[in-house]
Amino acid sequence: MTSISASHAFVRTEILPEQAPPMAQAGVLKWLRENLFSSWFNAILTFISLYVIYWILSHVTGWVFFGIWDAGSLNECREFRDARYDEGARVACWSVLTDRWHQLMFGFYPPEHYWRPILAFAVFGGAIAPVLFDAVPRRMLYVTAAAPFLCYWLLWGGGTIWGPVAVAAGFALPFLVARFGEGVFGSLGVTVMAIIVPILYWLFLAGPMAGALGAVLPIRITSIESNDFGGFMLAFIIGITGIFLSLPLGILLALGRQSDLFIINKFSILFIEVIRGVPLIVWLFTASILLNYFLPPGTNFDLMLRVIIMVTLFAAAYMAEVVRGGLAALPRGQYEGADSLGLDYWQSMRLIILPQALKISIPGIVNTFIALFKDTTLVVFIGLFDPIGLSNAIRATTDWNGIYWELFIFIGLCFFVCCFSMSKYSQYLERKLRRDHR
Amino acid sequence: MATVTEHPAESFRPSQLVYDTRYRSMTIQVVAFILIMAGLLWLANNTVQNLAALGKDFDFGFLSTRAGYDINQRLIDYSNDSTHGRAALVGILNTLLVAVVGCILATIFGLFAGVLRLSNNWIVSRLMGIYVEMFRNIPTLVWILIVFAIMTEAMPAPRAFRGDDPAAAMSLFNSVAITNRGVYVPAPVFGAGSLVLVAVFAASILGVIFFRRYAKARQEATGAQLPVLWVSLGLLIVLPLLFYVILGRPITLDYPMLQGFNFQGGIHMRNSFIALTLALALYTGAFVAENVRGGILAISRGQTEAAFSLGLQPGRTMHLVILPQALQVIIPPLISQYLNLTKNSSLALAVGYMDVRSTLGGITINQTGRELEGMLLLGLFYLITSLLISGALNVYNNSVKLKER
Repeated sequence: MTSISASHAFVRTEILPEQAPPMAQAGVLKWLRENLFSSWFNAILTFISLYVIYWILSHVTGWVFFGIWDAGSLNECREFRDARYDEGARVACWSVLTDRWHQLMFGFYPPEHYWRPILAFAVFGGAIAPVLFDAVPRRMLYVTAAAPFLCYWLLWGGGTIWGPVAVAAGFALPFLVARFGEGVFGSLGVTVMAIIVPILYWLFLAGPMAGALGAVLPIRITSIESNDFGGFMLAFIIGITGIFLSLPLGILLALGRQSDLFIINKFSILFIEVIRGVPLIVWLFTASILLNYFLPPGTNFDLMLRVIIMVTLFAAAYMAEVVRGGLAALPRGQYEGADSLGLDYWQSMRLIILPQALKISIPGIVNTFIALFKDTTLVVFIGLFDPIGLSNAIRATTDWNGIYWELFIFIGLCFFVCCFSMSKYSQYLERKLRRDHR
Repeated sequence: MATVTEHPAESFRPSQLVYDTRYRSMTIQVVAFILIMAGLLWLANNTVQNLAALGKDFDFGFLSTRAGYDINQRLIDYSNDSTHGRAALVGILNTLLVAVVGCILATIFGLFAGVLRLSNNWIVSRLMGIYVEMFRNIPTLVWILIVFAIMTEAMPAPRAFRGDDPAAAMSLFNSVAITNRGVYVPAPVFGAGSLVLVAVFAASILGVIFFRRYAKARQEATGAQLPVLWVSLGLLIVLPLLFYVILGRPITLDYPMLQGFNFQGGIHMRNSFIALTLALALYTGAFVAENVRGGILAISRGQTEAAFSLGLQPGRTMHLVILPQALQVIIPPLISQYLNLTKNSSLALAVGYMDVRSTLGGITINQTGRELEGMLLLGLFYLITSLLISGALNVYNNSVKLKER
């Protein structure tokens, strides 16, 4: 080797130091070239986009950040603006949010009772945590079981706490009957009694029991009318109730639509198609003006309850289609495998089919949830004070007559945060449940 | 000695109805049927009683009585002397107008956003991502109100166009006026000989179709390719233009002009219509964009590579290999988005656009007190529209279904 380098002067013996790559192949320049200016068409797109971004920012940034937070009315806002900036400068008047914050959040709920929805919301947070995240201790599931009754009592109040407790106790009865009733009623009797006993209990026993307990230990809070509910509280109540009721109902409908039983199958299809074929607004109007025709003469129940029922049925029909997609996507072998293990219908559904089918349909289910939550805005048309209804009410006052953007932007932002986090959660769940080896 | 088990005589016991799988399904169905029928009967009975108590009957005669209210946006002749039935028809046409224009716009927005979101241009794909997320996560109603507020609050009043040094100017060569009372665009005026022009245009479309067919047949027979695009463009544009000049410009445009306090002439598109259509189109477009993106991503990379290895150029790969497969994935959700847009057009209520819900399901019901009949007809209209659209979807699905063995 040495002889070669000795005889040929042009052969190097030592390695040269590394050189930096060409300017265009490294760092920011490379990134720019590859991602923004890879062709003349891309370059044009980049410049158009930059112009659009510049245009939006130049119009919006100042308006947002120089906004006025401390005025009491729109006119005061304008005076402050003229005093602080140029006359007629374009700045936002965020004061409407600070001024009407409680109204936007709680509607016309009595201010001395604001702690109740806040507490109910906290209870809901505690109830939902163990369902959403594995890291939360399993014992929290008891909170989940108690939450619906507790939240209902906190929000609407009226009567003692023993009313909801007595109703909740009824849900334990079927399990008690199933556990101890076998010898008394026989195996067929247990099934029937598990349905009849709780109904009898709710009809005849729950009321007096709650009354008696209430006399002994009166823990009561004032009743608050549904009419006073409003703002994001209302949107959350309708949305959350609808979401949690529509999922089981939707699964049942989907199973009905997949079922071999002719009558159940046809009625499920009819229900799903009729509900899905007509817009939610029409259903809400049906709930508000037609429902009285269908109920026994003289009955009249809460508008908010009717809305919740309608929204739930509506979302359930959509949910059914999503779940049906998941059921249909399962390979036939899964159904046959469950059958060959000797599982009966409900066992195979519960243990084999539904866990897989629901996993496949998570994105669709969450999309339905998001759609339902967004659709809660439609209740404004039948006179409930959801955030949009309140924005109209706020604009109707002399203080804030003529304010548009600030309210819309705030409402839009709140919805965006909720819906976007829901869709991010669904992506997290998909990743967590993914079992294939990619 | 073989023992023969004695089969017990088949005697029917009531418990078999529940435990024997042969009878159980029958039992369940009968019980379900009875319960559902009882429920429906109960509802019907209540309705009859309530109607009787209110002294109302069930009668659609109100459709042929005088409506007595005005509708500001209409596609067919209508005055307040017309019937409620005619008012409903005006509303139906208005709903369909929003639905059709909205679907076309939504498809355009969605296609652009979906394709651009996959672009390797970082800034464009992010921008489209923001568009999609913003519209998907904020309720339609909020968007409709925002667009409506932009149209009514941020646009110049007609008087701003007046004077020697106006504060606002008409766009697109003085033909379109965007005001806070709506948008004025030129209206076509069909003069003598315009029928001939329309006929020529139709003929050139037919010509293009036949030429394409011929070119395809020829390519399959001989392998030679004809310049299909250029010939099509020539047939579609040059020929009608030629006739337009020869016939002495039979179709002219009626430009909107500022007269008095407002614009006259041209077509006046109301803010309510524009806000509703544009907001619905942008909203639905975001969903369409996701479908388009999903459809293109669903085609595996191997398809592109296989096409390249066959020697197909990128354009032909897209046209002959990727698109036909991607469309199969894209079109079913696209049609259900159309369906959603049509149903969402009932949000017209928020901006005072007179769609079928506002005429038949709104003013007519209030004036005649026929809630039951009005809502029934309204529901039926939407139901039939949905069933027609989803029927079309099913036909399409069956026609493009991959013929697998």
